[in-house]
Amino acid sequence: MALYQNGQFVEDSWKTIAAGQDIPPSGHVIIPLDWWQAQRGAFTGSNVPIGVRIEPGTRIESFAQDIPRMSVIALAFPKFQDGRAFSTAQLLRERYGFKGELRAVGEILLDQLQMLARCGFDTFEITDGPTLQAIKEGRATQFTKFYQPSLMTEAPFGTRPWLRQPSTAKS
Amino acid sequence: MYRYDEFDAQFVHERVEQFRDQVARRLTGELNEDQFRIHRLMNGLYLQLHAYMLRIAIPYGTLSSKQMRKLAEIARRYDKSYGHFTTRQNLQLNWPALKDVPDILAELASVEMHAIQTSGNCIRNVTADHFAGAAADEFEDPRPYAEILRQWSSIHPEFSFLPRKFKIAVTGATSDRAAIQVHDIGLQLLRNDKGELGFAVYVGGGQGRTPMVAKKIRDFLPVADLLAYCEAIVRVYNLEGRRDNKYKARIKILVHEKGLEAMRTAVEAEFAERNDQRLRLPQSEIDRIHAYFAPPDVKPRPAQSKAFETRLSADAKFAAFVNSNVSAHKVPGYGIVTISLKPIGKIPGDATSDQMDVVAHLAEHYGHDEIRVSHEQNLVMPYVALDDIPHVYDELAKHDLACANAGKISDIISCPGMDYCSLATARSIPVAQRISQHFGDGDRAHAIGPLKIKISGCINACGHHHVGHIGILGLERKGVETYQITLGGSADETCSVGDITGPGFSYEDVVGAVNTVVETYMGLRKDSAEDFLSAYRRVGMAPFKAALYEKNPGADI
Repeated sequence: MALYQNGQFVEDSWKTIAAGQDIPPSGHVIIPLDWWQAQRGAFTGSNVPIGVRIEPGTRIESFAQDIPRMSVIALAFPKFQDGRAFSTAQLLRERYGFKGELRAVGEILLDQLQMLARCGFDTFEITDGPTLQAIKEGRATQFTKFYQPSLMTEAPFGTRPWLRQPSTAKS
Repeated sequence: MYRYDEFDAQFVHERVEQFRDQVARRLTGELNEDQFRIHRLMNGLYLQLHAYMLRIAIPYGTLSSKQMRKLAEIARRYDKSYGHFTTRQNLQLNWPALKDVPDILAELASVEMHAIQTSGNCIRNVTADHFAGAAADEFEDPRPYAEILRQWSSIHPEFSFLPRKFKIAVTGATSDRAAIQVHDIGLQLLRNDKGELGFAVYVGGGQGRTPMVAKKIRDFLPVADLLAYCEAIVRVYNLEGRRDNKYKARIKILVHEKGLEAMRTAVEAEFAERNDQRLRLPQSEIDRIHAYFAPPDVKPRPAQSKAFETRLSADAKFAAFVNSNVSAHKVPGYGIVTISLKPIGKIPGDATSDQMDVVAHLAEHYGHDEIRVSHEQNLVMPYVALDDIPHVYDELAKHDLACANAGKISDIISCPGMDYCSLATARSIPVAQRISQHFGDGDRAHAIGPLKIKISGCINACGHHHVGHIGILGLERKGVETYQITLGGSADETCSVGDITGPGFSYEDVVGAVNTVVETYMGLRKDSAEDFLSAYRRVGMAPFKAALYEKNPGADI
């Protein structure tokens, strides 16, 4: 699986496992959210690195107390048209102050990458062939002008005063 | 008018280049049609029955003469020398070649225009009152807020893959000419009892196969909170809106299924949770955008114009034009001129390149360089001196643009229907043409008075039939076109969805059925001041139903 991060492909140090599979003592696995919720008692007091995978349509409010515990949160895109995880990502970053790795997995396409990043994603598991090819050829489009504040670096202050005010989100 | 600065220009330029790359990838086959689809839709490019169709955004329907000339030139060079103005205040080109589209977009960018977000499941072109800035009954100009919304919603990273399309309209006048209650979000500017400016916010209106009148979710939203509140609404919708069935995916269904109270609670909670002020609009920014929409430097003139009055009393055709097509202006000595794109028997909303050039020329010389596109598919010159109206009328008349039917029975909204659209189940343009020919724009049409007929060629309701005073919906039953008629719909501040008369009528009989409805109205109205909608609301369906089905049992649907 190709993991794309900061403009390059990197080795993925995380393994994704299905519900019901054993969680190795060393951690570094991404497990389905409901499997985590079933297992969480066993991890009281443990700081083994764990990640969860969240399907679209999941209300993350019920998971709020565990968010700081997570090293990775992977948000699933079963279809590229399903944009719910864009909002979930914003909530995780803005409202719940999630500092770990926020990973987009599933059907994500070339022209979505920058939007995903602007919503707070920092790693991307890309499976789409043409998208992989285009990135390798250096054809990932990068817009430089935005009309909204985002969680990434802001455009120069003053170009759109009300949109370019320095972020006051908790850092 | 709003003018691009370097930031806006660069934004659009980058977008054009991105789409150029996407088209190249499609032409080489690197992207398949399914993958290309979202990209072309984000740029307003549809694949229709016979060809690609490009929908060009005209933000809140405002154009300069230069922009109108560019549209004429593009239609001439890349299409068949005409364009179709739509109910979203946009322009559609019906025959562009895919390979030319990036060049067309670059041409548009050269006059500060684009086709971004005129399709796709995103926030569409924001619309506003087409008389904005000019209407006598306006108390606050909606355009600055429409422009602020346009900017905020452009390539919004969180809201580009919504469950379904999302439409916002803004009005700042007593009469709602922007149909805000049939939009996903409708914004009505108003002042509270402290004199502060804000919006009444409506949510969940829409047409389509499940028509709904929007519900008021907020009585008063301070203008500074406009973006934060809209973002709260759209976030709730993005997370909770249905994605299992595209026909149940609009926010109106969420509001309906969730209930207004629960929706309000969710939106207000989301709004309150926003712990930063990044989207709050400082007054300085509102003022900056507002300055672009300062009224043109109109010289004060006498409220009465001699040239105008003389012509009015001497020329009955001119008088009829003024009666229908000239509206009251907030500045004495001026009028708002509606240029009907509904000449009798022609295709509603179509304009040739030559006609576009004529309108551009007139606007430049007699209209302070400004043109509007109305959601009723007409053009508007918002600032014309009464002294100049006779000459403007004469010039329009030379080019088949002076039809005296604005707001009258032949000023029909029609979707393209089966003549162009891949979704249509029946013809709609030819029905509009036949009704228009039947009633014309003569004495009878004027005697009938204000009457809005709206025609859709399928249940998606692009022709707004639900809110037509008389609505016509073309369906297909066992391979035969059949037309359902609704009465009493309205898109204005008294918004209502029309009632179905009963069984539908054949393609041949539908014009006769409309005639029966009109004759029934003429027979029962109190006097000529009682327009069709008022009369219908007074008497209800019964007399119309009796007249329609005693005369004609109708096709069995």
